[in-house]
Amino acid sequence: MSSTLAASVPVAKSVSPTWKRFRDAFRRHPTAIVGAVILLLVIGAAVLAPWLGTVDPEAVSPIKRLRPPSEMYWFGTDMLGRDVYSRVVYGSRVSLTVGLSVALLSTLIGLAIGMVTGYVRALDAPVMRVMDGLMSIPSVLLAIALMALTKASVGNVIAAITIAEMPRVVRLVRSLVLTLREQPYVEAAIASGTSLPRILARHLLPNLVAPLLVQGTYVCGSAMITEAILSFIGAGTPPNIPSWGNIMAEARSLIQIAGYLILYPGVFLSLTVLAVNLLGDGMRDALDPRLARRM
Amino acid sequence: MTAYIVRRLLSTVVVMAVVAFVVFSLLYLTPGDPAAVIAGDIATDEDIRRIHAQLGLDDPFLFRFGRWIWALLHGDLGTSIFTNLPVTQLIGQRIEPTVSLTLCTLLVAIIVAVPIGVVAAAKAGSWIDRLVMAFSVLGFSVPVFVIAYALILTLSVQFDLLPVQGYRNLNDGVWEWLRHLILPSIALGTVYVALIARMTRASMLEVLAQDYIRTAEAKGLAPDSILIGHALKNAAIPVVTTIGVGVALLISGAIVTETVFALPGIGRLTVDAILRRDYPIIQGVILIFSAVYVLVNLAVDLSYVLFDPRVRY
Repeated sequence: MSSTLAASVPVAKSVSPTWKRFRDAFRRHPTAIVGAVILLLVIGAAVLAPWLGTVDPEAVSPIKRLRPPSEMYWFGTDMLGRDVYSRVVYGSRVSLTVGLSVALLSTLIGLAIGMVTGYVRALDAPVMRVMDGLMSIPSVLLAIALMALTKASVGNVIAAITIAEMPRVVRLVRSLVLTLREQPYVEAAIASGTSLPRILARHLLPNLVAPLLVQGTYVCGSAMITEAILSFIGAGTPPNIPSWGNIMAEARSLIQIAGYLILYPGVFLSLTVLAVNLLGDGMRDALDPRLARRM
Repeated sequence: MTAYIVRRLLSTVVVMAVVAFVVFSLLYLTPGDPAAVIAGDIATDEDIRRIHAQLGLDDPFLFRFGRWIWALLHGDLGTSIFTNLPVTQLIGQRIEPTVSLTLCTLLVAIIVAVPIGVVAAAKAGSWIDRLVMAFSVLGFSVPVFVIAYALILTLSVQFDLLPVQGYRNLNDGVWEWLRHLILPSIALGTVYVALIARMTRASMLEVLAQDYIRTAEAKGLAPDSILIGHALKNAAIPVVTTIGVGVALLISGAIVTETVFALPGIGRLTVDAILRRDYPIIQGVILIFSAVYVLVNLAVDLSYVLFDPRVRY
């Protein structure tokens, strides 16, 4: 697929050059492996939440409110007596769902729009002006505005953040397509009468996979932060679902008496985003050898 | 060059028109009936119909859009549903804390980030470089409110050095004003510093590999003068671009920072408006922030001419 980048390097048929570059980059970047491991742990925690010594994250017991961290309540209890450890573990589900869904959706939608606008000249100007307009609204603000339109739900959060993130993907895909369509092999395909859908799918798409993978990880990290911000200011995940942003919002008024409550979800959120970003940096260096040499 | 400036201005107008259309459509699509909200719980259908007619809510979409744009061009952003005050007035009342916060952060961030990036590039591969890169990855990953609460818990609650929250006007004395802005600015600025430092480093590395740098070294110029006079000057354009693009981070971050530190700024106004579903305010804030963002980036694009005499378009 990446014949243009690695044409001069003879490689065994069985290992694709992209995978070889990935392997080398991960070897050069132990931090990317750290990121991958942390991310796997968080995904594991999200999937296995009910079996990790958690109780019902919604179980209210006012009599046990604001207990400090102890053997019984690892992270203490909040003002309604809910177990904060359980809430934080379950909260990973929301962050991961939102992060991964937004990354996937905005990549797919951005890919579709970007490929068509990059290839069909007449569409280029109008679509890109709309994207410029959307990109001129800071993405958190746009997501806030969209959330204000609908009622709070995880699905709506995903939709709002996807719309806010998608224009950046469109711009990336479009610029790549504009370069790729001038390549001799695309011209050859056109000259030999290949149909447009086939050119897009067979000649352009394979070259877009790698950059989109990198972009996707950054979108994922940024979406998780945006979800937490939305929930934190009361415009995101509904309050009855334990998300890291919600837990922090609830702990806000207790900052003077139980400051630790706000730190647990904060640390978990930061670690998860860090893991995703480290992974993204590793992949970027793997796919951009020019940059990689210097890092 | 004039042609370039004219073209750039025209594209700015187009972009702002798209923003205005998007923002208006958002209001148009808003579920719920503002007339019913204004009329209150005991209103009859007759009352609601009257308010509908009064507000022109029954007119067609494009007609309402045209009327809204016309008002907008006359500086009228509409009226808040809840307080019944003009949105421009409400935003005007809240502008000082937001401008103080973002400008302080912007200035300090640039003063801190650019030297960090230059040093990291000059000593590429050293522990300083690694430290800067590690800080930059962390800065991208730790959200602004997590930094904010970490600062509050240590510096304010634990050691009582700085105020936990609140804002003082500039009229109350410069020190009081500044004291209340230190923690918010650090929290808000971290990601921005990370972004600019990283871009400065990358851009400097690119330039330092050029032939004219080797020539400058060969003719015996002092390393510092090469670094600043030759390298930084030529590395400036991507850095300035990043400073402009990064303003979006500052704007988004300001909303959160103002919430955490209880600063009575535009961000706080927005959050209150969201909780009350006061759409005209949300709309006005988005328009103003987007306009600021677009204008900052317009200024950045035009400033290239100053940084690089080759840019003549």
